Amino acid sequence: MKTLLTFLRKNVRDYGILIALIVIIVFFQNTTNGILLRPINITNLVLQNSYIVIMACGMLLVIVAGGIDLSVGSVAAFIGAVAAVFMVRYNMHWFLTIVLSLILGGLIGAFQGYWISYAKIPAFIVTLAGMLIFRGLTLVMLQGEAVGPFAVPFQRLSSGFIPDFFNYDGFHVTTVLIGVIFSVLIVVIDLINRSKQKKYGFEVLPFYLMVVKNLLIVGAVLGLCWLMASYKGLPTVMIILFVLIILYTFVTSQTVIGRRIYAMGGNVKAAMLSGVNTERLYFLTFVNMGVLAALAGLIVAARLNVATPKAGDGFELDVIAAVFIGGASATGGIGKIIGAVVGAFMIGVMNNGMSIMGIGIDWQQAIKGIVLLLAVLFDVYSKKKIQ
Amino acid sequence: MSDVILEMRNITKVFPGVKALDNVSFSVREGEIHALVGENGAGKSTLMQVLSGVHPYGSYEGTIYFKGKECQFRNITQSEDVGLVIIHQELALVPFLSIVENLFLGNEQGKNGIIDWNKAVSMSEGLLEKVGLEEAPATLVKDLGVGKQQLVEIAKALAKEVQLLILDEPTASLNDSDSEKLLDLLRQFRENGISSILISHKLSEVLKVADSITILRDGATIETLDCRKDEITEDRIIRGMVGRDLTHRFPERDVKIGKTIFEVKDWNVYHPLQEDRKVSDDINLYVREGEVVGVAGLMGAGRTELAMSIFGRSYGKDISGKAFKYGEEIDVSTIQKAIAHGIAYATEDRKAYGLVLIHPIKDNISIANLASVSNYGVIEDPKEFSMVREFRDMLDIRCSSVLQLALNLSGGNQQKVVLSKWLFANQDILFLDEPTRGIDVGAKYEIYTIINQLASEGKGIVLLSSELPELLGICDRIYVMSKGKIVAEMKASDATQEKVMKHIMNNTR
Ligand SMILES: Nc1ncnc2c1ncn2[C@@H]1O[C@H](COP(=O)(O)OP(=O)(O)OP(=O)(O)O)[C@@H](O)[C@H]1O
Ligand SMILES: [Mg+2]
Repeated sequence: MKTLLTFLRKNVRDYGILIALIVIIVFFQNTTNGILLRPINITNLVLQNSYIVIMACGMLLVIVAGGIDLSVGSVAAFIGAVAAVFMVRYNMHWFLTIVLSLILGGLIGAFQGYWISYAKIPAFIVTLAGMLIFRGLTLVMLQGEAVGPFAVPFQRLSSGFIPDFFNYDGFHVTTVLIGVIFSVLIVVIDLINRSKQKKYGFEVLPFYLMVVKNLLIVGAVLGLCWLMASYKGLPTVMIILFVLIILYTFVTSQTVIGRRIYAMGGNVKAAMLSGVNTERLYFLTFVNMGVLAALAGLIVAARLNVATPKAGDGFELDVIAAVFIGGASATGGIGKIIGAVVGAFMIGVMNNGMSIMGIGIDWQQAIKGIVLLLAVLFDVYSKKKIQ
Repeated sequence: MSDVILEMRNITKVFPGVKALDNVSFSVREGEIHALVGENGAGKSTLMQVLSGVHPYGSYEGTIYFKGKECQFRNITQSEDVGLVIIHQELALVPFLSIVENLFLGNEQGKNGIIDWNKAVSMSEGLLEKVGLEEAPATLVKDLGVGKQQLVEIAKALAKEVQLLILDEPTASLNDSDSEKLLDLLRQFRENGISSILISHKLSEVLKVADSITILRDGATIETLDCRKDEITEDRIIRGMVGRDLTHRFPERDVKIGKTIFEVKDWNVYHPLQEDRKVSDDINLYVREGEVVGVAGLMGAGRTELAMSIFGRSYGKDISGKAFKYGEEIDVSTIQKAIAHGIAYATEDRKAYGLVLIHPIKDNISIANLASVSNYGVIEDPKEFSMVREFRDMLDIRCSSVLQLALNLSGGNQQKVVLSKWLFANQDILFLDEPTRGIDVGAKYEIYTIINQLASEGKGIVLLSSELPELLGICDRIYVMSKGKIVAEMKASDATQEKVMKHIMNNTR
């Protein structure tokens, strides 16, 4: 029992947000009379809030590197508008449009990154300007009107589901299968890590706790897949999210480039004097952010089946909030992808839950603000405890 | 026998994973200079942080009596209120504020939140005079040298009507004459009844001023020596600190010097802000395989600036001159290129330039050579861990694990991490800038041994140091720098402290 307590105390920061997420889910599950966790609603929740998760992956890197990007909402809207104009006005093929849009997103990121990294203008100012510029350009692009609808294959980007290879009436077997494979992978990776850590003399979780942890995770994954399977199966977007989450977790925790980004955010001068090309690296984090903002813009446009001048309004706030709720440090050098993702789901659940309850957008904003404040407060407090 | 002004009884302080202080008792008499010595990580800074409320009451065990009253400080302000002022290992002045503003920061002179600047300025003049600092009160702190900044810190303490002054390694980054001034000041305070606690790794100065010496080892009090009663020697203190005799200060070595490995010719560097100020003036310098070359000079002679400008132009403007490796010209215009050519620069300023304090020791050590522990850009954890651990053991970095944050290491151990980073990078031309600053005598010996070993592997080492005995003890050849110029070059075997100082003095006027 004592080990459990000390373990929890040491790791409050890692598990704190997860517990907060569960609390919020339980809360909304109650207040919405169980609507929250209905298969159809979970599917909607994921579709509606996927943009937060996608952009949080990029924003985490930017914030860890010591920057911030306020322009992502406008950039997403702008890319949505460009894609819409390409496809609707110029009849461009949907696939080519996606490719060009992602490239354009990268270029926008490069444009902002250049001023920030090489001309040394603070990121806050450059991206504030970017926020205005690309919102304005969105209006120009759309000439003030909504442009749509799009070809069906493009719409699938956000409203499609993975095909089922086993025709079983009313139940999506492939989804459950994917869930099982995924669960096995999680457990195997965890076991491998554990034996590695043991070999190198680290403190590891007591065995029973590890079992409990894995049961909880596997339970959550399988439960989710089961729910999804009884509706239409896994949405395509969900697959995109999984791929991104795994990719970015890997990059941040296992690669040289990831390590260098953290070092740069933690102390630019020390990183520079250790041979890290800090200017280029900082620049690249903004390019990456631009690409992900473009992807989010495409998915949002695909879901609404129309590009509007107001699209993406306030997205930057949700994304930045998600990253900070997830435990990233505002001064750089600290933060985890998994934290940002959990933060993103927290915002997503709140958005969705409050909408079901019929809470107006005004109160939604206020409540999200308070949650952000509490999350950061908790983080500061737990850091003090540790020291 | 004078009265006891401070008594700390049975202090125990535990950090996650380390017992930094274990039942330590420590007392200071009124009007004495009490030195606190011990190896890196022995717990000296921690003890003083407990005393001054940095670690608040409740986070440690034991009792503190100051002037007979029990104290339970919850923060620094409370300890300052009773006249206990600490000057930390790292200075805590605000660089862009003036001397007056710094002097009264947190202790503003005035009423109802409105500062009375006239009063402040006139008070500051008195204080500056007391510490012997001849600068206008409106001077910005960033324009002062370290020695003068140190004096400002002390004047700041005087402004708070200090009764017990605590100095944590105040002379670590001062040159000899500034150190001497500071010690004089402490003596003068003693006359006026102000007691001081002095933490230092420079045992010669400890012997010069201290009335008593307390030795800490591994978080426990070993003994307290009374300098007024007994004749104390450096060897006596060292024996207490490391628990054994240290017969030699400098390890022996077989010198085997080979070809010239690195050379700079006609190297000129200008100050980054003041465009016509030359900080390196026509420097010609070389180092051979297996050679340890020292660069002597006073604070501000331009040694760090020279080394950094060679290391990928990380300092200075309008840099001209040529660099050669094995006689061939090389391009060292960026840090990446300099590193690729095998050059390393281990900084003297560990906090600002050397470490990512919020990251673990492991990440700090491996950052300059991630290539050696990765495959196609993917880091191999096991390899990284085992290599980092090797270096930790080699330099005896005192930590609970290599995952401990650099932030939580003692000053000397942080210095060792910076050094490990460049040893890990496996370069063959090493510029070591004050590598033993803040390092205890025992560990110094180990670092010299490592330098010798690097030399015996055929690497070229350039050692920048303000400690002349150190340069004379381990170098083969010494350059003397003054005001950005190399004013002399001599074989270490021909050099003496007097000779080096003479060259410096002749060229400062
Ligand atoms: N905040 C902290 N968290 C964890 N460990 C700490 C913390 N602060 C200090 N320590 C540990 O406590 C021990 C004593 O450190 P301290 O700074 O008091 O040493 P020191 O005697 O001042 O050494 P130095 O001469 O190197 O400055 C060290 O092992 C250090 O790693
Ligand atoms: Mg210390």
